[in-house]
Amino acid sequence: MTRNTLKLALLSTALTATSAMAQDVTLTIESWRNDDLVLWQDKIIPAFEAENPGIKINFTPSAPAEYNAVLNSKLDAGSAGDIITCRPFDASLALFEAGHLADLDDMDAMGNFSDVAKSAWQTDDGGATFCVPMASVIHGFIYNKDAFAEVGVEVPNTEDEFFAVLEAFKEDGNYIPMAMGTNDQWEAATMGYNNIGPNYWKGEEGRRALIAGEQKLTDEAWTAPYATLAKWGAYLGDGYEAQTYPDSQNLFTLGRAAIYPAGSWEISGFNAQADFEMGAFKPPVQNAGDTCYISDHTDIGIGMNAATDNPEAARTFLAWVGSPEFASIFGNALPGFFPLSKEPVELSDPLAKEIVGWRGECESTIRSTYQILSRGTPNLENETWGASVAAIKGTSSPEELGADLQQGLASWYEPQQ
Amino acid sequence: MQRARTRWHIAVFLAPAVLVYTAIMIFPLFNTLRLALYSKVDQERIYVGLDNFRTLFFDPIWSEQFWNALGNNFWFFIVHMLVQNPIGVALAAILSHPRLRFAALYRSAIFIPTILSFVIVGFAWKLILSPIWGIAPSMLDFVGLKSLFAPWLGREEYALTTLALISVWQFVGIPMMLIYAALLSIPEEIIEAGEVDGITGISAFWKIKLPLILPSVGIISILTFVGNFNAFDLIYASQGALAGPDFSTDILGTFMYRTFFGFQLQLGDPHMGSAIASGMFAIILIGVCVYLFGIQTRMRRYQM
Repeated sequence: MTRNTLKLALLSTALTATSAMAQDVTLTIESWRNDDLVLWQDKIIPAFEAENPGIKINFTPSAPAEYNAVLNSKLDAGSAGDIITCRPFDASLALFEAGHLADLDDMDAMGNFSDVAKSAWQTDDGGATFCVPMASVIHGFIYNKDAFAEVGVEVPNTEDEFFAVLEAFKEDGNYIPMAMGTNDQWEAATMGYNNIGPNYWKGEEGRRALIAGEQKLTDEAWTAPYATLAKWGAYLGDGYEAQTYPDSQNLFTLGRAAIYPAGSWEISGFNAQADFEMGAFKPPVQNAGDTCYISDHTDIGIGMNAATDNPEAARTFLAWVGSPEFASIFGNALPGFFPLSKEPVELSDPLAKEIVGWRGECESTIRSTYQILSRGTPNLENETWGASVAAIKGTSSPEELGADLQQGLASWYEPQQ
Repeated sequence: MQRARTRWHIAVFLAPAVLVYTAIMIFPLFNTLRLALYSKVDQERIYVGLDNFRTLFFDPIWSEQFWNALGNNFWFFIVHMLVQNPIGVALAAILSHPRLRFAALYRSAIFIPTILSFVIVGFAWKLILSPIWGIAPSMLDFVGLKSLFAPWLGREEYALTTLALISVWQFVGIPMMLIYAALLSIPEEIIEAGEVDGITGISAFWKIKLPLILPSVGIISILTFVGNFNAFDLIYASQGALAGPDFSTDILGTFMYRTFFGFQLQLGDPHMGSAIASGMFAIILIGVCVYLFGIQTRMRRYQM
């Protein structure tokens, strides 16, 4: 008798389980953000599942450096998840052109985003948008407030003030004026050239002119940032040539350096590591009162695998990602990854709030090399890494660097020929 | 008349090894060579003959990178030949000295780095040489030579040599072990006969032992050659795929990786990557052939 009851119980659980499975759709998300696994599991997924019973979400990230290769082979083999986290620009464009990403232009949620936000996941003519913009990162400088108070300097607004501050720290000698190394190369380009550059080439205006072929990399606007970077070398730590990215982060959070050329993605890490008060200032302008430009770089989007078995559920999820509710959860859980929706999100982290506030004061642009210009060989982005390092080390003059980059770009990019 | 029996067991016993080796070595090798003859145009793979090689060798942008990587590879190899192998031979000669105490300990200690992963070696040395946290600057400071310290891994002129020396440190145990084994196999009688003729100590090494171990030195040279021209891991682990600073540590392996799998915004190009891999294969093949037919056949062997 007991045995029969047990059997019955087992049978009924099995039945309920199958019926539940028949109703529920499980969406698998491909992503490189393995750092965010906890955030997705604890906050984002429960919030979505509570509103949308019947759709289950499975977040399966892979290592950032391997993501592109892993995703490409999964898509080719037909084993990729339903939802694809999109790298900006060409990596995702190539997936769309190969038919792996679905066109999402008809989604209502797309109306929540500006054109600049969507530009990272559109065809060149803007005819199709294939990923919902999720977040951007903003460049600027994070500084040690205690160090500034100790040495008695104010936050710089113009370039002259900026170098005066660096000089003051150098004379004081207790702090490394600025924490950056050239060993890993990308910081020099990303946190150096593309951080201060938009003030020289006037943001979107210069970036679009370069793509259109109206400006050249040999122009003053594009070589002048290298001349400024050349002056940075004297204020970086001893042996900065072999200083790596984690070295720089540690130097700053240990309180040994005063200024850190940053991307906003550092905020959560720095909040956890540093025990001094931090502030941020935007890239200094040349003359007081000039319009300021910031690099507000579209970094993460999310799209749909064209071969998914559950397009309806996937669209429901993407629409929710495009909603203000998601923007608020995401923006506050990951300070430094700023939601791209038109409607501003109230952020609680003071440093993140300060940085996102620049959007109101300055013109936004994206990194100059990311759209279209890094499509050929030699790759302009990779070349810019080397050029920025050479500028800081002083191994080449800004004019030589500009000429080299221009020659490389012109070798394959028609509008520049 | 007896018909020769078909000896099936030979085929049966060979089959697993042949199948596995074909599947994971021979097929990929020829497929890579084949892939180098194609190119992708508008999502379509088309046959382009030797076009990829023409681009690689004659297009200024590609050829500059290729020759730079090849030149760096040769430098990497020369450092190993000039530093690793002589030190390996010397260590083996010292270790095989009958009156050396703790020989087994030294042997193990010197050999241990060889079994470490490249990632560990690359990371550990990066920390040792780090200008910020490293022990190299403070150790030099301790003996009053701080002025000799430079951020070696970050300077174009030193980075490759530094990495080559790190690799020497890691692998010096291999020539040491091979030569050590060769030295042990030299019969005592020959050494004693030499002593009778008045050849002792250092001159016994130069005049008797070295000629006898030359074939082993040859094997080590060719192993070094193949190992160095296939090198990739150490550079990738310590300097990344862009082999900085300014490509000064770029070798064929990193160049191939970057091209094949892509890097940052650069999308991967399996076809050009295969062309570079085929070039590496050809260089190694030529090197090994030169050794096998040009050197090994002329080497004198002594009956011991």
